[in-house]
This record gives sequence, structure tokens and C-alpha cells, in this order.
Amino acid sequence: MDKPGKSVILILAILLIVAIITNTAIGSTSISPDVTARILVAEIFEGMIDITGKIFPSVTANMQANGYYPVEKTWTNSQEVIIRDIRLPRVLLAVLVGAALSTAGCAMQGLLKNPMADPYIIGMSSGAALGASLGFVMLLPVQLLSFVGAVITIFVVYNISKIGGKVPVDTLLLSGIAVGSLLAAITSLIIFISHSPHQIIFWLMGGLWTASWDKVKITSVMIIFGVLILYRYAWNLNVMLLGEEQAQYLGLDIEKVKRYVLVLSALVTAAAVSVSGIIGFVGLIIPHIMRIIVGPDHRILFPASTLMGAVFLVLCDTFSRTILDSVELPVGIVTAMFGAPFFIYLLRKRRQSLYA
Amino acid sequence: MLEIRDLSAGYGHRHVLEQISLKASEGEVVGVIGPNGSGKTTLLKTITKVLEPISGTVLIDGTNVDEMQSKEIAKKVAVVSQVISINFEFTVEDIVLMGRTPYIKGSETVEDINIVKDAMEKTNTLFLKDRLITQLSGGELQRVIIARAFAQDPKVLLLDEPTSHLDITNQIDILNLVKHASRKGMVVVAVIHDLNLAAYYCDKICLLQDGKLISVGTPDQVLTPQNIERAFNIPVEVIPNEITNSLYVIPVLEPLHDTLH
Repeated sequence: MDKPGKSVILILAILLIVAIITNTAIGSTSISPDVTARILVAEIFEGMIDITGKIFPSVTANMQANGYYPVEKTWTNSQEVIIRDIRLPRVLLAVLVGAALSTAGCAMQGLLKNPMADPYIIGMSSGAALGASLGFVMLLPVQLLSFVGAVITIFVVYNISKIGGKVPVDTLLLSGIAVGSLLAAITSLIIFISHSPHQIIFWLMGGLWTASWDKVKITSVMIIFGVLILYRYAWNLNVMLLGEEQAQYLGLDIEKVKRYVLVLSALVTAAAVSVSGIIGFVGLIIPHIMRIIVGPDHRILFPASTLMGAVFLVLCDTFSRTILDSVELPVGIVTAMFGAPFFIYLLRKRRQSLYA
Repeated sequence: MLEIRDLSAGYGHRHVLEQISLKASEGEVVGVIGPNGSGKTTLLKTITKVLEPISGTVLIDGTNVDEMQSKEIAKKVAVVSQVISINFEFTVEDIVLMGRTPYIKGSETVEDINIVKDAMEKTNTLFLKDRLITQLSGGELQRVIIARAFAQDPKVLLLDEPTSHLDITNQIDILNLVKHASRKGMVVVAVIHDLNLAAYYCDKICLLQDGKLISVGTPDQVLTPQNIERAFNIPVEVIPNEITNSLYVIPVLEPLHDTLH
């Protein structure tokens, strides 16, 4: 592992913290970043007191009696509510979704050795979309159905591609496209016959406006664990880049690696999609951008993609919710509008093949 | 010691290898020759269980490969294929470290790093350590791939046409390296296309044709005009090469007339 890679990760981590604080500060009600930071520190502190209070009630009672508090309260209650209950969950959800999509995209590109791969490539987005559409028209929980739709799709695609205990990568890609097209057609049909197609169409564009602490809590468990377990496959994915036969000669059980990486990417992606809809482009370009900067070594590339994906989506989401006075833009539009030109610029600047 | 007994293998219903039996000992370079499609590469794949055999057994130091996990096999057997290029910008050191994959649990240890350094020293690639693998010449790349194989710390080294895409200097360089490794106690089995290089470097030669072993023995015993004609379907002359004290195989061709007027 080389030194420049580590410093990139450190820089990105700092960038993410700064992005969380500044973007929580931005919104229709103006609250300055330093007040925001103080509210955040106070919230974290209160959260910690809550936890320690459960373990050591006497210590906490003592601290409260002595009025020990890290920051002086200089803000109004309404400011606190806006920060704590509205903006913070939204920014954190953007962090989680961006991190999930970008890490899963990175894993899929490495696993499939395909530069076009993104988290949705084997039909997962179509499955999630169909699940969500059914949820809207049948008035069932959309989040749950889209999650289930994505997971079932990946399961079906994987099993279609399985030939004699092996899953050839090209078969996986093609059956993913086939199943995806079928599900997309069904979704279109539902939109066509639905009385209120707008909800579904908005969902398909991707957005974080339904953010809440509940969503943050549910997805954070799955995304954090999924991403951390994916990191454990970093070295195996490096070896797989040499080609499947070479990897086998080095003692790698390539089918097992494929299965685990696929399942983990699918779970992480499904968790993200179920709360955000189909946000495109993050999972495709962030890993590419990071590959240009830190190289193909997944031990660095994975955490770099995770952090950059989070930063990118936080920024895009802030833009989408503040650019227009009256309405919010779906963030999926913003990610593509900013991402695509920047990516084209990088492609031109590099002037050599981006990917093998 | 590598022992192959009555090995048959193939893809689907098509048998590519039939009833191959072969022994290779430490310190011995065993050459596998034969025309394209005669089953040479399949033989190497079956030894490492990348391809499951239809019947027969492969024993490494008496242990049946069939009872070993792929990781355990990779600790005993390293394969050097003909690698034309690697398109991902890993450093040379990272590529060689990949040879430690069957040993690494979590992250690499100081011992792994030392073994990697040692493998690079033996293959004269240590000076390339921080270079990108995408920027090497063909000969350098092949030496790095051999360093990776050495990093696996194998008992058996299998080579699949390791030199056929290299210039004469690099061919000899690579084969000297392999010969040296065998003299240090490795079992070496190499698929070689160049019959003259095979005659010079190999202690034992196996001639394959249509998946069958049609001759095994010393170069003198195997590289006869009759055998080569049978396998390759062209007439050859085999003459003693007094300069290198080995054999020289010459295809008998008609003098080429320039027909372009």
C-alpha cells in the first residue's frame, strides 16, 4: 500500500466532515456554519450522555447537576429542530446513499472487469423500480417493496447465469440486461395504466426528500456493514483483475468471490435505492474518477470511492434542494448534469484508455 | 515429486487428454511438446485442478490433488502462463505480492514482504519494484510473472509457453532462470514450442499428440525424426548439435523459389 493513497483517503475524510457540516448549514432558513457545528457537537454530546446515562446513571446525573456542557447554547429551538430533525438526517442519508452506490459500483467494475458496470448493471435498478411502482399503485410500503424487488432480481439473474456451478461474467451481464429490460417494460406498463404516474416517475428520477431518522437508521446498518465487508474482498478483487484463470492459479475460489461480492453489492445498493430511488451516475463515475487518482488497487480504491461518493452526493443534494425557490429538483438529474461533463473532461484530459 | 496417473480430462464430452501417466522429480526440467491442440495446456490446468479431471489422479509429494483445497494447491504448484500484458496500473511489487495470495490472511506480513523481495532478487526484477506493470517490456513482464510464481514458494513450477513471444535473449534468460530453479530443488514442467530449446534445457521430454502421450524420455530418446514426423506431420532431420552438446531439429523444407516475377 503506497503513501499517496493514504493521504488521499485522509483528505477525503476531512472533506466529508466539512461537507456534512457546511451542507447541514445550507438551506432556506439561514443558519451559519459555526452555529450548525455547535448544534451538531451538542447533539453528539447529548447522544453520548444518553448512552452513558444508561450505563453509568450516577456519572451522568453528576455532570448534569454541575451544568457541565461543551458548548454554550446560543441558538433558538427552531434552529435546533431544523438542523436536528430536517437537515441532518437528509445530509446523512445522502452520505449513506452516495457511499453505498459508489462502493458497489467500484466492486461491480472490478468484479466484472467492465468499465460500463455500475451498481445497477445486472438489473437491480429495474427490480427496485418495479417493486416501488407496485408499492405506489397498491398502496404498500414503497421502501420495503423496492428493496425486495432489487434483491429478488439479483437472485434471479445470478441463477439464470449459473452454468454447472459457475457464473461466467458475460452471461451474468447479458442476463442482467435481459431481466432488467423485462422488468423495465412491466414498470412502464404500470406507469401507463396508473392513475397517478407522477409519484412513480419522481421516484425513478431519484431523490432524498423523504429523508428521516428512521430511514437513516435502517439503511445505515446495512450499508455500513455491507461496505466494510466488501473492503475485505479488496485484495481478492485485485487478483481477479489479472483474469479468472490467473486468479485460480493463485488459489482463489473465484466463484465464491463472485457470489459474495455480488450479494454484498446487491444488498448495499438495494438499501440505498429503497430510500432514494434511482440515482444514476454516482456509482458509475465516482469509482472511475478515483481510479484515475489512486490507481486500481482496491485496498485504496474502495475507501476512496466510498468517501468521494458520499461527498459528491451531499453536494449534489444540497444543490438540488436549494437551487429553485419553490420546488426541489430530483437529485438524479443533478448528479448526471454535474457528473457527466466533469467525467468527459477527465476522459479527454487523460488521453489514454481509462480502463482495460 | 509430481506424479500423474492415467489422467483423462476434457471439456464437456470432448476428451482432450487420454490416460496420461508421467513422473517429474525435484531438480528435473520436464518439457512438454506437441502440436497446437494436443492437450498441453489442458494438462497444466488439470494438474492444478482448475479443470476437474474425468479420471485419473495427480499426486504432489504423495498427496492427491483431489483432496486439496485450491489454496493448498496454490501453495504447492505455481503456474506461469504466457502473459502478454496486464492492463491495470499495479506496481511490480503489488503483482509479485499477489503470489502470496494463498498465504495472506487479512493483510501481508513482514515475512510475505521478505519472500516477495527474495523472489524479485532471484528474477532480477527488484530494480523494477515501483514501476507500473503496464510499462514493462515483454521480457521484464515475464520475469515479474516468474517472480510472482516464486513468491508462491511452490514445490512444482508449471510453465505454459513462457517464452514463445519473447526475443532470443529473453527466451534464454527466462529458461536459464527456470533451469536454475529446478537445480535448487523445484519440480519444473514446461510447455515449450521450440524443439531446439526443449532439447537443450529439458532433462526429460513428453511428446503429446491428440491428447495421448506418444513418447517420454530423454531428449535423445524422444526427439527422433520418426516421433516428430508422427506428431507434427512434417519431415525433419535431427542432427547432433556439437556447439551446445544437444540436438538440433531441422524441418525438411523444399528450397523456396521466388515466384514473384
